[in-house]
Amino acid sequence: MPRESRRRDALGGAALLVQEPPPPFLTRPAPGTWQHRHVLDLDDFSTDEIELVMETAGAMKEVLARPIPRIPTLRGTTIITVFYEASTRTRSSFELAGKALGADVINITSSGSSIQKGESVVDTVLTLQAVGADILVMRHPRSGAPYLASRHTHAGVINAGDGWHAHPSQALLDLFTMRSHLGDMRGRKVVIIGDITHSRVARSNIWGLTKMGARVVVCGPPTLMPVGLEGPRGSEAASELALPPVEIETNVDRAIKDADVVMTLRLQLERMQSGLVPSIREYCNLYQVTSKRLATAKPGALVLHPGPVNEGVEISLDVAHGAQSVIEEQVANGVAVRMALLYLVSRGRG
Amino acid sequence: MNENDLLIRGGRILDPARGVDMLGDVLIRDGRIVGVGERLDADGTRIIDAKGLVVCPGLVDIHCHLRDPGFEYKETIETGTRAAAHGGFTTVCCMPNTQPPGDSRATIEYIQRTAAATASVRVLPIGCVSKGRQGKEMAELGDLAAAGVVAFSDDGAPIADAALMRLALEYCRALGLPISDHCEEPALAHDGVMHEGWVAARLGLRGQPAAAEEAMVARDIALAELTGSRVHIAHVSTAGSVELVLRAKARGVPVTAEVTPHHLTLTHEIVMSSPTLPNGLAYDTDAKVMPPLRTADDVAACVEGLRAGTIDAIATDHAPHAPVDKLCEFDDAPSGISGFETALALALSLVHEKKLDLPTLIQRLTAGPVAALGLDRHEGLAELGSLATGAPGDVLVFDPNAEWTVEPERFASKGRNTPLAGRVLKGRVVATISGGRIAFALDEVGVG
Repeated sequence: MPRESRRRDALGGAALLVQEPPPPFLTRPAPGTWQHRHVLDLDDFSTDEIELVMETAGAMKEVLARPIPRIPTLRGTTIITVFYEASTRTRSSFELAGKALGADVINITSSGSSIQKGESVVDTVLTLQAVGADILVMRHPRSGAPYLASRHTHAGVINAGDGWHAHPSQALLDLFTMRSHLGDMRGRKVVIIGDITHSRVARSNIWGLTKMGARVVVCGPPTLMPVGLEGPRGSEAASELALPPVEIETNVDRAIKDADVVMTLRLQLERMQSGLVPSIREYCNLYQVTSKRLATAKPGALVLHPGPVNEGVEISLDVAHGAQSVIEEQVANGVAVRMALLYLVSRGRG
Repeated sequence: MNENDLLIRGGRILDPARGVDMLGDVLIRDGRIVGVGERLDADGTRIIDAKGLVVCPGLVDIHCHLRDPGFEYKETIETGTRAAAHGGFTTVCCMPNTQPPGDSRATIEYIQRTAAATASVRVLPIGCVSKGRQGKEMAELGDLAAAGVVAFSDDGAPIADAALMRLALEYCRALGLPISDHCEEPALAHDGVMHEGWVAARLGLRGQPAAAEEAMVARDIALAELTGSRVHIAHVSTAGSVELVLRAKARGVPVTAEVTPHHLTLTHEIVMSSPTLPNGLAYDTDAKVMPPLRTADDVAACVEGLRAGTIDAIATDHAPHAPVDKLCEFDDAPSGISGFETALALALSLVHEKKLDLPTLIQRLTAGPVAALGLDRHEGLAELGSLATGAPGDVLVFDPNAEWTVEPERFASKGRNTPLAGRVLKGRVVATISGGRIAFALDEVGVG
């Protein structure tokens, strides 16, 4: 079907009548592998659960490719996105994901709501539960805020990014994107370059990728590398709660060499302002992913970026838009992966 | 029968100040100790049977927050001292980070007056170092001393300005009072909300490094050496700080130090996992405290420093907050642990784990803190922290082996903020006697 007519149908009320049924995969009973009432980070995901998300996201991608990219699976489910921080792609893709599944989706941002009047996270969550939220999708500038929220609601909580801590849906869509090109991630070298300290994307990717057997190298200036990344020291016992081991590299050329995946992170302007790097110029010289540097990675290595991209800072223009870049694909996959999460969390709530 | 007379019969008497460790009786008359010995004559006085229990001087806390005036919803002098009595403390020194701050005679006199009317145990106020705790200019230290403060501190905040610290120390030479400093170099602490290390890295929280504390401990030691005035290092929490104090004391620098029960027993890992906050990472705001809980190596160094006497005293840093204050994001939560009612049992865990002997532990909770701030030089407080004849009739009776479960909702303190909720601790206060009066006693204690 031509693209134009598909759009017209999707907007028209009559189109709903001819909606196709859900793919067979989704009508099967919720598999027993799924243990999550909430999705707060990937640290407590089993590899089977990650596989299930990948499989479900694949089915959702199929739905999105249909003439009418909608299924009624979550009809009657209320999803509220609560964003205490600005967001374009994460918020819009969760909203589109919810709508594609037939759910009612309401968006709340800190400005223009009672949050602005100083309402606490706990009170906000209780209020949203009282109005009938089944799933809360929360973005918050404070690490741990979704954990606080999850302890005060019967709704399922999906963490859409908390402070420097976690961004599980991003890590899952990154993984989905990598796997669609590379298949099995075991033994693959994934290098994450940039501001690791302040990156929730890096932390969740470290969990997800190591669980799937990838070799993770993090690279950046020591001032943007979290103290303690190497885990317990001295007489401290190893802890299963510690971040899994990663290779730490301060030299970008060594880091990129023979990589299967090169993921760059956004350098926030405020990091430069607070003196963590001497200048953008020096950062670019030392850490920018350029075509010359990329040439030392494995042939056809993938280039990822969680966005928004500072073109010409952490990544050169030609690499960001080059043949190896899957940055736009990441965004597109984001909707399918978030559909999968909403579906699984909804089923997990029984 | 005088209500300030009491005989405590048949306990194991520990009086570390005088090297006493014996079975016997303690007799209090008119609110003062009149004798320690075997089979004292009880003639007509009330009797507490202490058989199988330990009897020692009432505990002395040189660092607590009673929140009054200004934050009465968190704690008052009445509730705070009741909690102190429940914890075995008979003397508490309260920090001046109140509203208004304790930087004037009027506020100090308010505390003394309110304590006289409502307190269960002795309250000795600490005055501010700087006006309004702003860290800019000295408060009227002389007037505060005349009003009866026992030390100066801007606790909650460090004296960040080294020049102010130097001036205040010099000025204190005339007053004979020490300055207790909350050591935290602001530029290095950098608004960190917990210890900088693998747990902070994993939780995505801003950490403050051990060096933030150690840099200021080193500075204060240099200034004590320069001025000859006494510096007291509040709540030491790092191995490096213990090492600095050890070396300073060896050179004869007039420096003393305290450590809290939580820094002797808990590590930064407790921020991440709590038995009362299941299902994922805890981000436990009740474990948020300044200085932050550190690593196992720091804990071990603090314990060894306490044992060796490098650290003079255990101080609770009792810091009560209302539940609503702590029910928020970790970054936004106020720091502090409600510590009076768990202090003794936590400290006793060091004895049960054979890291410390009981007389040494009791010394660090009685004579140690008294000597650190020189409390016994104040009027009416001679022999404080001991069971010497003529000492204040402050006595603690406890069962070192009784187990109990920490239930914050049953605290006498308004502050239920403790990371120990649900834990079973070993060592329980049976009776706290303050000036011969029973300030607290378990229901089952028979007073004949």
